[in-house]
Amino acid sequence: MPNPTISEAEQPMTTATPRSGPKPAPPPGRPAPAPQAVPGTRAESPRFDAVPMTGAQSLVRSLEEVGCEVVFGIPGGTILPAYDPLLDSTRVRHVLVRHEQGGGHAATGYAQATGKVGVCMATSGPGATNLVTPIADAHMDSIPLVAITGQQSRPLIGTDAFQEADITGITMPITKHNVLVTDARDIPRAITEAFHLASTGRPGPVLVDIPKDVLQEQTTFTWPVEMELPGYRPTTRPHGKQIREAAKLICAARRPVFYVGGGVLKARAWDELKELVELTGIPVVTTLMARGAFPDSHPQHVGMPGMHGTVAAVAAMQKSDLLIALGARFDDRVTGVLSSFAPHAQVVHADIDPAEISKNRRADVPIVGDCKEVITDLIEAVGAERANGTADIGDWWSQLDELRGRFPLGYTWPADGSLSPEYVIERIGQIAGPDAVYAAGVGQHQMWAAQFIKYEKPRTWLNSGGLGTMGFAVPAAMGAKMARPDAVVWCIDGDGCFQMTNQELATCAIEGIPIKVAVINNGNLGMVRQWQNLFYKERYSNTDLGTHKHRIPDFKLLAEAMGCVGLRAESKDDVDRVIHEAMAINDRPVVIDFVVGADAQVWPMVAAGTGNDEIMAARNIRPLFDGDELVTDTGTVAAVTAEAQKDQES
Amino acid sequence: MIERHTLSVLVEDKPGVLARVSGLFSRRGFNIVSLAVGPTEQVGVSRMTIVVAVEDLPLEQVTKQLNKLVHVIKIVELEPAASVQRELLLVKVRADPAVRSQVLEIVDLFRAHAVDVTPEALTVEATGTAEKIAALLKNLEPYGIREMVQSGTIAVGRGPRSITATAVR
Repeated sequence: MPNPTISEAEQPMTTATPRSGPKPAPPPGRPAPAPQAVPGTRAESPRFDAVPMTGAQSLVRSLEEVGCEVVFGIPGGTILPAYDPLLDSTRVRHVLVRHEQGGGHAATGYAQATGKVGVCMATSGPGATNLVTPIADAHMDSIPLVAITGQQSRPLIGTDAFQEADITGITMPITKHNVLVTDARDIPRAITEAFHLASTGRPGPVLVDIPKDVLQEQTTFTWPVEMELPGYRPTTRPHGKQIREAAKLICAARRPVFYVGGGVLKARAWDELKELVELTGIPVVTTLMARGAFPDSHPQHVGMPGMHGTVAAVAAMQKSDLLIALGARFDDRVTGVLSSFAPHAQVVHADIDPAEISKNRRADVPIVGDCKEVITDLIEAVGAERANGTADIGDWWSQLDELRGRFPLGYTWPADGSLSPEYVIERIGQIAGPDAVYAAGVGQHQMWAAQFIKYEKPRTWLNSGGLGTMGFAVPAAMGAKMARPDAVVWCIDGDGCFQMTNQELATCAIEGIPIKVAVINNGNLGMVRQWQNLFYKERYSNTDLGTHKHRIPDFKLLAEAMGCVGLRAESKDDVDRVIHEAMAINDRPVVIDFVVGADAQVWPMVAAGTGNDEIMAARNIRPLFDGDELVTDTGTVAAVTAEAQKDQES
Repeated sequence: MIERHTLSVLVEDKPGVLARVSGLFSRRGFNIVSLAVGPTEQVGVSRMTIVVAVEDLPLEQVTKQLNKLVHVIKIVELEPAASVQRELLLVKVRADPAVRSQVLEIVDLFRAHAVDVTPEALTVEATGTAEKIAALLKNLEPYGIREMVQSGTIAVGRGPRSITATAVR
């Protein structure tokens, strides 16, 4: 039986201070020798001038001073020196994960749930290369992440030494920046710069690689230190002229839409966004990365755009005369084929990264700046511009309202009597409510979780958007639960994803991180199977995982073997009961094996390689945006899908 | 229309900075025509001269992506008309005593120099624009080019101002 209270009480009350020689770890309860280490006194921001210590101690002290609370990692040969002072730190908690990939995604989950920098640590060679996937994931989704890796000792670098890998070379294309520290005196500056780079401007991952002998050598610790980043000057203040230009277009547009991306969450600009949206009365779409940035219940929210977005959201962009993109990057999953994307729209594009502006779609009004400042300035400029009158967007709203009414998100129950995955996810959302945090893997369950859970609050939806990393959910939920221990954290996973990273359930059980995992078990790699159904003549090559046919693994037994509670639901009647049961368990992680139908599909869908105009609301239903009149009058999506499935079976 | 553009890039003189820049070009699919790196008047700052063949819009992407590299301090595009652009050529030409004077005549015409001579061959050093270097090579070719090595273009803006005056963004 795991003990969730182990973390705080049993840690030694010391911090990483210089020690005269090798000593065993101090016993629990030993008084703190360093007065500045007492928690709660950090506001005074103590200064240190050339205090002698080892590189490893300097690293841990730097992490403490920079405000790092938790590190997800695994020790190994070259990072070993850092783990010795880490044992004594009362300010940095280390969570021993089971695989470095889990550590990386946990750091990402921590960062997504809080906006703070997530930190992961690994040894050289395979430890470092196992971080490559989470680092690439964080790069694509602009997550503030600092990865610290051990490296072989300086004299051995370049000799193909044991567990040597050129991790700065390997991660060069997938980090915002990385550095190999070659002098122990540089450690405090390297850590300061890494946290600064990761968290400012467009956030992203930064890797700090430290050779073992640098960690071991005697050095001095000085804090704070000056950063040396002459080439790094992110623009946060938007240009006033561009803001006024945007305000003019916003007030003049007859079919405007706010295209809200993850940048709004990164900039903590959700309150400002709501004010601007309500001031203008303009419809809003929130991308996969921005779910929760604007309340789903708000009448001006027309849904998520993109490949599996709502018909109304996709139409709002396609038929728009003005896209106001805020912290979004015109990803191909949103735009479909670029040449036919929003053909009549002018574009106002605000982003903190100038390279995003006009990268995929030319911006008529480019605005470089932090979304919070951009939106604040827009509120003022639009307010002033409205004095000159605004265009009537009543017709626009009636068109969108008609689409919303005609093509609501919906699903149908599988004809074979099996459990509907959409229903399961919808019920989790309804029972756990808008205060819970939801982390998803990648695939059908991710799309359903984006569609059928209603997000009302920022930072309650965590997923891997850009890289599409299967296996993201369990470790990300673990990181989120560490960051927000009082929140209910649900991991919505697929049976394919779950089998990639479920080893972290052992971490959760032992470290006292009671997450709730819903395995949406359809027995298959569901999204791939959906494509095989639609585009490969129903030839199901290598998508059956056997989790239905053979019940291998048995997720309930697997959960129990890893110190979690294992539950199972196979019919509609079971669903609410097991969810409530899981909600009542707070001392252990819970895993629910939801055995659902294999044939459910994600709709609507814009097939890859087609334009958004070709969105299918459901199988065989193309709302056809070509004319103002809708071509089809086949009724609700649910009815249509059911019919289509019947056709398939007969 | 694909055109050649000359970018002067000031970078911090840090290990790996060349790999960061060249890696960025290859992974974003930008075509480098030439690249030359060397020190500047400022300690710790190196200057890269990169000639790229891209259209205008991708050029904007090139400079924006380069600017995102933390070690890149500044990028300036140098227009051919407003800058001095030079390449260095070392070429070993077959030149036995029978034709040596003809070869030397060509070398003189191009204001190049013979820097090494043997009974069979002559090594010539020349600097100039890409066009001049190409013209010289064309004239030397009939005698037999045994070996050649050429630098990338380096360039500096004309006039009294330093590179700080015309930053591209």
